[in-house]
This record gives sequence, structure tokens and C-alpha cells, in this order.
Amino acid sequence: MPTITWDEIQAVQETADIMRARTAAKRHAAALGFGLADQTRLATAVSELTRNVLLYAKEGSCAIAHSTTDGFTGITIRVEDKGPGIGDLNSAMQDGYSTSGGMGIGLPGSRRLMDHFDITSSPEGTCITFGIKKRNG
Amino acid sequence: MTSIQLDLVDDDAIRFQHNLVQAVAEIDALGVAIDITALEVVDSFMARVLNDTASMVRLMGAEVVISGVQPHVAMTLVEMGRDLIGADCTFNLEQALARLNERISARGDAMAAQGAGNANYYLG
Repeated sequence: MPTITWDEIQAVQETADIMRARTAAKRHAAALGFGLADQTRLATAVSELTRNVLLYAKEGSCAIAHSTTDGFTGITIRVEDKGPGIGDLNSAMQDGYSTSGGMGIGLPGSRRLMDHFDITSSPEGTCITFGIKKRNG
Repeated sequence: MTSIQLDLVDDDAIRFQHNLVQAVAEIDALGVAIDITALEVVDSFMARVLNDTASMVRLMGAEVVISGVQPHVAMTLVEMGRDLIGADCTFNLEQALARLNERISARGDAMAAQGAGNANYYLG
């Protein structure tokens, strides 16, 4: 896999950063020609996953990259933190599982919204790379 | 009638919930229409705040209708998970007010018969 060049990397430290991150994701998606439905799916996933960072790891970052290869335009987001990690990743990816009293829809819901979704988690932190793509033209 | 005029950060959403519930108590509101036309993103947190607000208002004895869910917001919410918003919804605020009036008259309680005052409450 080629090295990703990030267009924008933003800290996630306070609740206002959730809005900043999702607004940036939406802006990048719009600039790449994604429609309003795709912009909203992406912004919603960014909102869910950056909130998880604040909830479980206190702080982290959100990076945005674009790609134009093989006739496809894509946008990739990486949300990562150095928090305690997700103890039971399989359960966390199931609807309704939450350790924070939430609805338990953030992770599985975000995965459903995205065209690709990859998560790694260990006691050293969690890294989620996800995004959408569309055929050019 | 409450109209959310811009995308809310989490703290604003919680403040909105608190203020709305207070306002319902202060004016003995019979019905609340929450218009979310301006919300471009409704994630599971915001959906929960809206649902919880609706439940609180109903517990206090008032009717609730949510209006103005944007098409892309509706698509995203359903893709993300079914039943994220459980409250009654209408296309726009006008229909929401009509629906509230229907429900309030159907209740036929004494307060409705006296005629209700209107309080507009905007956030944003």
C-alpha cells in the first residue's frame, strides 16, 4: 500500500473539535466532487469516531487524505488515539454494545456508512482508517 | 416551537435539551415542535439528545413532533441504524404545528379547551 499523504491533520481534544473535524471532512469531500449524501455519510462517521476518541481516550487526531487512482476518486480519514484501546473489538463492532452508556451504534453504524473501514486497537491505542470512493466521470 | 438554527456542538445540544425542558415547564406547554432543518449532520449522539428530549417533554405531558429532517440526514440515520429517531416527524414546521394541534384537540383536556399560549424559542 502506498504511503498516504495527509491533506490535513487536526487534533481532537475538545468537543468543538468534533465539529471542526466533521466540517473539514465534509469540505474536502465536497471539493472532490462527492454529493451531499456522501458528504453527510462521511461527516457523520467522522463525528461518531472523533467523539469516541474524546470519550475513551481523551485526545487523539483526525487526518484527511484524498486519492485519485484507477478511475476512482477517494477520500480517506484516519482517526487515531493513544488511549487504552478497545477491550473486546468483536463486541464493539456489534450494534447495541457500549461500555459508556451510549446507544452502541457509533462503530458498527460508521462501518455501514463507509465504503471501506479498517480498525486496529491495542492497549497502546486505536487507529481507524475509513473512507468513501466514487467512480470518476 | 423550537427551531435549531445551526449545527450544534455537543454542549449546545445538551444546553438546548435543558432549556427546552425548562421552557416547557414554565409555560405549561401542551405541545412542542422541534425543527431541525438546519442540522446538516445528525449522528447517534444528536439522535439520542433529540429522542431523550422528546421523551422528557412527553413525560411532562406535552406532545412532541420533530420536523425538517433533511433527506441526506434521513438516509444516513437509517443506514447507520434503524429507529435512531423514534419521535413523530413531519416534513416541515407548518405540518408539525398542524399535527400538534390535532393531537392537542384530540386529548380534549381542560387546558387545551382554555386555549394555549405560544412561545417561540430559538437556539442559535
